[in-house]
Amino acid sequence: MIFTIKDLLSIIPELIVAGSACVLLLVDLLISKERKACMAVLSILSVIAAGVASYWLLGADFMGAKSFAGMFELDGFSTFFKFVFYTATVLSILLSFHYVKEEDINLGEYYVLMLFSLSGMMVLASGADLLSIYVGLELMSLPIYVLAGFLQNDVRSNEGAMKYVILGAFSSGILLYGISMVYGLTGTTELSGVAAALSDPSVHVPALSIAIVMMVAGFAFKVAGVPFHMWAPDAYEGAPTPITGFMSAGPKAAAFAVMLRVFMEGLQPAYEQWMVMVGVVAVASMAYGNFVAISQKNIKRMLAYSSIGHAGYALLGVMAGTEEGIASVMFYMAVYVFMNLGAFGIIIMMRKGGQRGELIEEYTGLARSHRGVALLMLIFLFSLAGIPPTAGFMGKFYIFMALIHRGMVGLAIFAVLMSAVAAYFYIRIVMLMYMREPAGEFEFARSKGIYYALFITTVGTVLLGICPGYLVKLAEMASVIM
Amino acid sequence: MQGLLNIPFIGDHILSLLIFLPLLGAFVLLFLKNERCIRWIALVTTVVDFILAIAVIRGFDPSVHTMQFVERHPWIPSFNIQYYLGIDGISVLMVFLTALIGWICVLASWTAIDKRVKEFNIALLVMQTAMLGVFCSLDFLLFYIFWEAMLIPMYLIIGVWGGPNRIYSAFKLFLYTLAGSILMLVGMISLYFKGGGTFDIQALMNQSYTFQFQVFVFLLFFIAFAVKVPMFPFHTWLPDAHVEAPTAGSIILAGVLLKMGTYGFLRFSFPMFPDASKFFAVPVIILSLIAIIYGAFLALAQVDMKKLIAYSSVSHMGFVTLGLFLFNKTGVEGGILQMFNHGITTSALFLCVGIIYERTHTRLLDRYGWAAKLVPFYAFFLFLFSMASMGFPGTNGFIGELLILMGAYSNYKLYILFLLFGIVLGAAYMLWMYKRVAFGAAVGHGGGHGAAHGGTHPGRIKDVNLREVVAILAFLVFVFWVGFHPMDFINIMDASVDHLLTQVSGGHALVAEVLVK
Repeated sequence: MIFTIKDLLSIIPELIVAGSACVLLLVDLLISKERKACMAVLSILSVIAAGVASYWLLGADFMGAKSFAGMFELDGFSTFFKFVFYTATVLSILLSFHYVKEEDINLGEYYVLMLFSLSGMMVLASGADLLSIYVGLELMSLPIYVLAGFLQNDVRSNEGAMKYVILGAFSSGILLYGISMVYGLTGTTELSGVAAALSDPSVHVPALSIAIVMMVAGFAFKVAGVPFHMWAPDAYEGAPTPITGFMSAGPKAAAFAVMLRVFMEGLQPAYEQWMVMVGVVAVASMAYGNFVAISQKNIKRMLAYSSIGHAGYALLGVMAGTEEGIASVMFYMAVYVFMNLGAFGIIIMMRKGGQRGELIEEYTGLARSHRGVALLMLIFLFSLAGIPPTAGFMGKFYIFMALIHRGMVGLAIFAVLMSAVAAYFYIRIVMLMYMREPAGEFEFARSKGIYYALFITTVGTVLLGICPGYLVKLAEMASVIM
Repeated sequence: MQGLLNIPFIGDHILSLLIFLPLLGAFVLLFLKNERCIRWIALVTTVVDFILAIAVIRGFDPSVHTMQFVERHPWIPSFNIQYYLGIDGISVLMVFLTALIGWICVLASWTAIDKRVKEFNIALLVMQTAMLGVFCSLDFLLFYIFWEAMLIPMYLIIGVWGGPNRIYSAFKLFLYTLAGSILMLVGMISLYFKGGGTFDIQALMNQSYTFQFQVFVFLLFFIAFAVKVPMFPFHTWLPDAHVEAPTAGSIILAGVLLKMGTYGFLRFSFPMFPDASKFFAVPVIILSLIAIIYGAFLALAQVDMKKLIAYSSVSHMGFVTLGLFLFNKTGVEGGILQMFNHGITTSALFLCVGIIYERTHTRLLDRYGWAAKLVPFYAFFLFLFSMASMGFPGTNGFIGELLILMGAYSNYKLYILFLLFGIVLGAAYMLWMYKRVAFGAAVGHGGGHGAAHGGTHPGRIKDVNLREVVAILAFLVFVFWVGFHPMDFINIMDASVDHLLTQVSGGHALVAEVLVK
C-alpha cells in the first residue's frame, strides 16, 4: 500500500493528537509533580492545534474523499463529530486541573491517556472500513479503561474499571464476530462495498441477522444501551469525576458516530432488520435508565442511569434512519457535551477536602448560600430534563422531529412520557438545592479551569437552546453520509 | 399612551418589548443587593410593562380579526421556525390581564415575601415574560417554548416560598403539567408534517386535515390544555398548588395560568381541528358541567379559605369551557369574557386571602369571623369580590355567566338547569364563606365556635394599608367596568370571535346545535 501526501494530510488532526500524546509522555518526565498543570495546558494546546487543523481541512480540495485505500474518510460528518470530541476533551481537561490534585492522582499520564483516547475517537468517526473502525474503537477504549481505574486506592474505582475492561473485551469480541460474519457474507470490510453487496437481496440470509444482532450489541455496549449497560453505573461511579464526564460525552458521541456510519452507510440496505433491534435497545434504555435513576442516591450513579436514558433518545434518532435522524443525533451529542459536562463541573466543584459532593443529599440547601453555583446547576439539570428554553429541549425536539417525520408517532409518545419521568429525578435535585435548608457549610474547589469550563458549558447550554439555528444547519449539512 | 406606538422602534417592536422587558428587569435584579431597591425595580418594570400593554390595547384595532403588531423574523431556518409575534382580539385581552396581574403580584408580595426577595422577584419577572410570550406567539414552537419555560419559575415560586407542604405541591404541578404539555409536543410535530412543514399557527389553521388526524391531535392537545384549565378529572393538582403557593403564586395561577388552557382551545383546537372539536363538544360540555357542580360542592365543604377559592376556580373554569364548546357567538364571547373575569375576580380573592393570612397566619375559616367588626374596609372589599365571584348583577361575573347561559340556552335548553344549579351553589359557598369571615362568632363575643381556639389577638389586626388598597382597587375597577359596560371588552374580541366561528363552522355559527340533537 502506498501513501500519498493527500492521505497524510487528511489525517493531520489525528497525527497532531497522537503525536503530541507521545511527545507529552516524554515531556512528563521532565516536569516535577507540583507542576503537572503544565501537562494539562500542553494537552489543551495540542487539542486546539488539532481543531485548527480540522478547520483548515474543511476547505481542502480532498474534503469528502477517502484515503488509505478506503480506510479513512474525511468528510463533514466526521469533522462535526471531531469538534464535539475536541470540546469534550478540552472541557474534561479543564475540569481535571484541580481534581487530580485533590485526589492525589496528579500524574502526567492522565492527560496523555485522554489524548490517546481522543485520537481513537477521531479515527472512529472517520473510519470507513470495519477494520479501521475496530482499531479506532480499541484505541479509544483502552486508555479509558485505565483512566476509569485511575483512583488506585479507591475500591469503587478498581471495581468499576475491572467490570468495564472485562465487559468491554467481551463486547469487542462480539462486535468482531459480527464484523467477521459481515465480511463472510459480503466479501469486504469496506462500508461502501458492504452496502453494495447487501443491495443484492440474496445476501439477506439469517446469518446476516445474526451479524447485525452482534454489531448492535457491540455498539450498544459502547453507548451504554440496555441490556448492555451493566458496566456503566459502576464505571461512572468509580472513575475520577472528570473522566466520568469525559466518558459520558466523548466516547459516547464517538460510539454514536460509528454507529451512524456503519448502519447508515454500510448496512443501509438491511435497514428493516437493524431498525427493529436498535428500536428495542432504545425503548429499553429510555425506560430502564429513567426509572432506575429515580432511586439513586449517588449523583454520579444517577447521571450514569440518566446517560443510559439519553442514549435511548439518541438511538431513536439512529433508528429513524434518515438524514434528519443522523443530524438529530449529531445535534444531540453536541448539546449533551455541554449540559452533561456542565453538571459534572458542578459535581467536581463540590469535591473539596472532606466533602465528596457525590451524594445527592450533599446538595441540600446549596442555593441558600451559593446562588450562582445553584443557578448553573439548575440550568444544566433543566437542560438534561429537556425543558425549554435550554439546549436539552432542542436536542430532544430535533430527535422527535426526525422520528415523527418517519411516522413513528407511537415511539415519540413513549419517549416524551419517559422524559416526563426523567424530569422527576432532575428536578428533585433542584428541589434539594432550592427548597431545603442546608445542613452545614459548603466548600468549593475553586480553580480557573473549572470556571472556564463552567463558562463554556453554560454559554453552550443556553445559547444552543435559544438560537440553535446555526448548529442545526451545520448538522444538517454534515449528515449526508448515505 | 397610544403615543408610544408612534415612536419608531417601540412601535415596531412593541410586543417584543412587552415580553422581554420583565426579563431585562430580572437580569438587572441579578446584580442588586438591597431588598428595597429590588422590590422597587421589579415594581417599576412591571408597571412600565403594564403601560406598554395599555398602549397595545388602546392601539388595537377591534374592527378586524387579523393579527396586529406583527413581528416576524426567521429563527431556525432549517425547520422553518420563526420568531413570530402578533395578537388578535382574543389574545389582546389576555395580554392585558397578564400585564395587569404582573405589578399586582409584585405589590402582593411586598411584605409577604421576606426571605430571598431577589430570587423571588426574578422568578416573578421571568414568569411574566413566559406568560406574555405564550399569548403573543404565532409560531407554534415559540409558543411551546414559552409554555414550558413557565414551569421553571412556577416550580420555584411554589416550592421555595410556599407553605408547609410546598414541595409535594410543586412536584405535582410540575410533573402533571409537564406530562400533559409534552404530549402536545408530539401533536405539534405531527401537525408540522401534515400541515406542510411549518409551525406558523395561521398557516396551520388554513390547512384541512382528515377527521382521523384531527381527532388524534385534538386528543393530544386536549390533555395538555385540560390539565392547565384544569378540567375535571385533571384538576387535582390545582387545590394543592393553590393552597401551598404564596399569594403572588396563587394570583398568577388563577389569573393567568388557568387561562392558558382555554386559550389553547381557542387558538389551536378550534381553528385547526373544527371537526374534532365539534365531535368532542358534548363530552367536553359534560365534563364542564361535572366540573361546575362537583367543584362547587367541593368548595362548599372546605374549611380552608384558600382551598375554597381554589375549588371555586374549578367550578368557574367549567363555565368557561362550557361556553367555548357551545360554538355559538354568545357562548364563546361569554367564555372569553369569563376568562378575563375569572382572572380579575379570583385573583382578587386570592389577594384577599393573602392579606388576611399575612395578619393571622391561618387560612381556616373558623378562625375568622371578626372581619366586619375589626377590619371593615377589608370586609367591604372582600364582599364586593365575593359578589363578583357569584355573579351578582352589576359585577363582571354576572355578564359573563349571563352570556354563557344565553349561549347554552340557544343550544340545548337542559344545560340551563345544571348551570343554574351551579350558579346557586356558587352563591351558596361564597356567601357562606363571607359569613364565616365577616360575621362569624367573633372573638370577644364569647361562646362562638371560632373563639374557642382563635389563636390570634383580634385587637391587633390592622386593616388594609395603602399598598393593598391600590392592588385591590386595580382589580375593582375591572369588576365594575365589565359589570356596567361590558361592550368595551366584547367589542375588542368581536371580530376575532366571528372569524373563529367562521373557521370552526365554515360560515354557520350554530352548528353545534345540530350536533347536539
